[in-house]
Amino acid sequence: MANASDNTLLAVNNLTVSFGPSRAVDGISFSVASGETLGLVGESGCGKSTTALALMGLLQGGSTGGSAKLLGTELVGRSEEDLSRDRGLKLGMIFQDPGTALHPMIRVGDQLIEALRAHLKLGKAEARKRAVDLFRKVGIAAPEDRLRAYPHEMSGGMCQRVMIAMAIACNPKLLLADEPTTALDVTVQAQILSLLKDVAREGGMGVILITHDLGVVAGMTDRVAVMYAGEIVETAPTEQLFANPQHPYTQGLLNSIPQLETGHDAPMPVIPGSVQSAAQAKGCRFAPRCPFAEKGCEVRPTLKPVASDHFVACWRVQ
Amino acid sequence: MVDISLTAEAAPPLPKRASVLRRFMRHKLAVLGVVIIVLMIIGSAGAAWIAPFAPDEIDIANRYAAPFTAGHILGSDDLGRDVFTRLLYAGQISLSVGIAAMLVTVIVGFAVGAFAAYYGGWVDTVLMRFTDVMLCFPSVFLLLFVAAFVTPSLTSIALMIGLTCWMEIARIIHGQILVIKSTDYIAAARMVGAPAWRIILRQILPNTLAPILVAATLNTAQAILLESYISYLGYGIQPPEASWGNMLTNAQSDFQIDPWLAIFPGLAITLAVTSFNFIGDGLRDALDPKVRD
Amino acid sequence: MSRYLLSRLLQAALLLLGVSIVGFTLMHLAPGGPLALYTLNPTVTAMDIERIKIQFGLDQPLYIQYLKWAGGMFTGNWGYSFFGGQQVREIVFDRLPATFLLMGTSLMLALVIGVAIGLFAAMRRNSGFDYASAVFAMVALSLPTFWFGLLAIFVFAQTLGWFPAGGIRDTDGGGVLDVIHHMVLPVSVLAFVLVAQWSRYTRSTIIEILANDYVRTARAKGVAPRRVMLNHVLRGALVPLVTLAGLQLPLLVGGALVTETVFSWPGMGLLFINALSTRDYPVLMAILMVGAFVVVLGNLLADLISALIDPRIKLGHG
Repeated sequence: MANASDNTLLAVNNLTVSFGPSRAVDGISFSVASGETLGLVGESGCGKSTTALALMGLLQGGSTGGSAKLLGTELVGRSEEDLSRDRGLKLGMIFQDPGTALHPMIRVGDQLIEALRAHLKLGKAEARKRAVDLFRKVGIAAPEDRLRAYPHEMSGGMCQRVMIAMAIACNPKLLLADEPTTALDVTVQAQILSLLKDVAREGGMGVILITHDLGVVAGMTDRVAVMYAGEIVETAPTEQLFANPQHPYTQGLLNSIPQLETGHDAPMPVIPGSVQSAAQAKGCRFAPRCPFAEKGCEVRPTLKPVASDHFVACWRVQ
Repeated sequence: MVDISLTAEAAPPLPKRASVLRRFMRHKLAVLGVVIIVLMIIGSAGAAWIAPFAPDEIDIANRYAAPFTAGHILGSDDLGRDVFTRLLYAGQISLSVGIAAMLVTVIVGFAVGAFAAYYGGWVDTVLMRFTDVMLCFPSVFLLLFVAAFVTPSLTSIALMIGLTCWMEIARIIHGQILVIKSTDYIAAARMVGAPAWRIILRQILPNTLAPILVAATLNTAQAILLESYISYLGYGIQPPEASWGNMLTNAQSDFQIDPWLAIFPGLAITLAVTSFNFIGDGLRDALDPKVRD
Repeated sequence: MSRYLLSRLLQAALLLLGVSIVGFTLMHLAPGGPLALYTLNPTVTAMDIERIKIQFGLDQPLYIQYLKWAGGMFTGNWGYSFFGGQQVREIVFDRLPATFLLMGTSLMLALVIGVAIGLFAAMRRNSGFDYASAVFAMVALSLPTFWFGLLAIFVFAQTLGWFPAGGIRDTDGGGVLDVIHHMVLPVSVLAFVLVAQWSRYTRSTIIEILANDYVRTARAKGVAPRRVMLNHVLRGALVPLVTLAGLQLPLLVGGALVTETVFSWPGMGLLFINALSTRDYPVLMAILMVGAFVVVLGNLLADLISALIDPRIKLGHG
């Protein structure tokens, strides 16, 4: 397991994202080591995508605060012109819906070449050759021909492969994958995930994998951070999290995965209630839905270690 | 048999009336537009009481008076008639023609678009193709062509303008209704046997109100512009009746003799049209369900 | 692509057919009929009118008249002017270049300025510039064009004497420079309204496009902001803008009519106004048809250009 202090790739400290009075991301801190895959899990609206977009500086509206250092370079608070030099080169991102994420009027090969030439000084021929190689690497058959295709002529899985190729084109150290398989057919999902794994390992990249699907997390990540309502409530190495979840929310999440052993008639376990609006944050955000909530939960808990590398934000556990 | 048109609720939520008003009020220019139009309407309607002179009061001795001389706030024209008075009376004509034309446009446009969308099939094809054909004619050409052959009166002009401008509204309504048509509550109404016209009137109309209102205000603006142009050319409102447009008929020569004569009617038109445009813009934003409060 | 081309051509042809039917109907609906000039003239006897009717073929059944007339339109035989007797086609063609010069120059000028303003307004949303340009556009759209033209003549031609008050050249002597000198005022007046429309439409189109996923992907790749704007955003805006150009044609032609009237610009519009005063039907009808034809042709062109630019349209009916 990666030792956080030695080869820390990304160190996020008290990152906040506010849209007017409400805080979509409320002071989260975590780190990612080189070559490590961190899973960022949570339900829709918990702020995981917002976190990734904030790191890349791609948020529309809203203000970002706190700090996020990639190999010592601060990411927060930089100008668009300045950030564009690092995006793609030091950190790359893959988005959820490959169908809309590619420009419909430009050939995919040209879009990939554009990614290459944005940072690398390459002649046209050299860039084209690299593009072909990249297409081959991400598993696109007949790459030379495919360069001339338009996105609407390709399947969702293929478009996602193109996206991955674009994201890794300049060998970034950090890769952000925002629900990369959610919009794809089930059969294709496994292929894409395995591709991601290979690509990351080959490039020695750190990966932040954002998903709401615990199954994806189980197979792909080294460590997991669980988010709820804009906060990180638990982080642990993957095996530890699944074997010994400490936060009531994590426990609830794991319990609600339907098991084969559960009988037909047994009711599906759910976490009662719904996420409170960000504006009402006082004390532990999960308290209204927590079966163990008590008086002390009116004060907001912070992440404290319960075992080596296992952190939980819950008064009960601390 | 239950009259479903009475019991069915309106479907896709328009912003509530109170919030619509509040959002409209946020557009300072739109509110200003309302104020100006109201003032203009009051001014023209009350011309008989407000105007300092009679509209046809000729005073050759004081012709071409400059503004603020001889008791004429905005000056006097070639026959010594008071410009301010004439503007007020002309406002009656120009504003009424504008609004009347808008009504014709909305009614015809809605009828065509609604029936085409509701009945579908060849009715839809014929009506909408006809709309497309009409859209190919530049409306000024069409309007002038018709105006030259029809004896101009307030009603005929309003009708003519209306009949050359309904196409856009027909298109908008057609699109809106196609969307609404596929909803469940319309299916329910038809199942119960409600007649087509009633469904259109009771169910569909309220939900297309928003784009109709916006289009209506913008249309009024366009109608006022069109009336002013054809009256300027001499094919619209005929003297001695005054409209802002025909007060400008001799503008070219007036500019040599007394520029103010040519400036004030134009300003009046611009002011009215701008106000209606701002109102339309404000309405559009206030009624848009996608815009968050 | 050829299937699309064929279907659009067919649609255009059908439109023109519809246009001709409506035009013909208008001609015969007008009080006094096509021979209004004569029938409303008390000195012309009934027998004369009968003779004229036969001479012009107006005694034949309507559909035959229509076919003859439509056929004539199509083959270039547009009849003879009621007022003077020259070939209508010659009279109209004589005026076409002036109108196209006016329309074309105004459109190009308006495009460049309007799109630039709209682009800046979209990029700097809610700024002072954005607000000011919106108000300016609104007022510009509310000005009666004829009045604005008269005002321009008064200020720039009569008072300041910078430009001539009308006409296209100073009595045959002048060359290109003379024409340009005469063109400045009418083009400015006509372009004024067009700029307002283009700036507003460009602004809303660009704002919509900026919210697209593919713009976010381009930024994520690290493409320089200027290139994102030019290569991705503007490219995405091309089709809506080209479509607008087509839809705006009726207004452009109508605006040209008004401008020509005010500036005595010897084009089709001025001819229309003159023919109106003498109820010269053949000329009026011919110009009406030409106007509609320009609109249909323009829209067809816009659609074809769109198909060339946007690869998604090539499939089927687009």
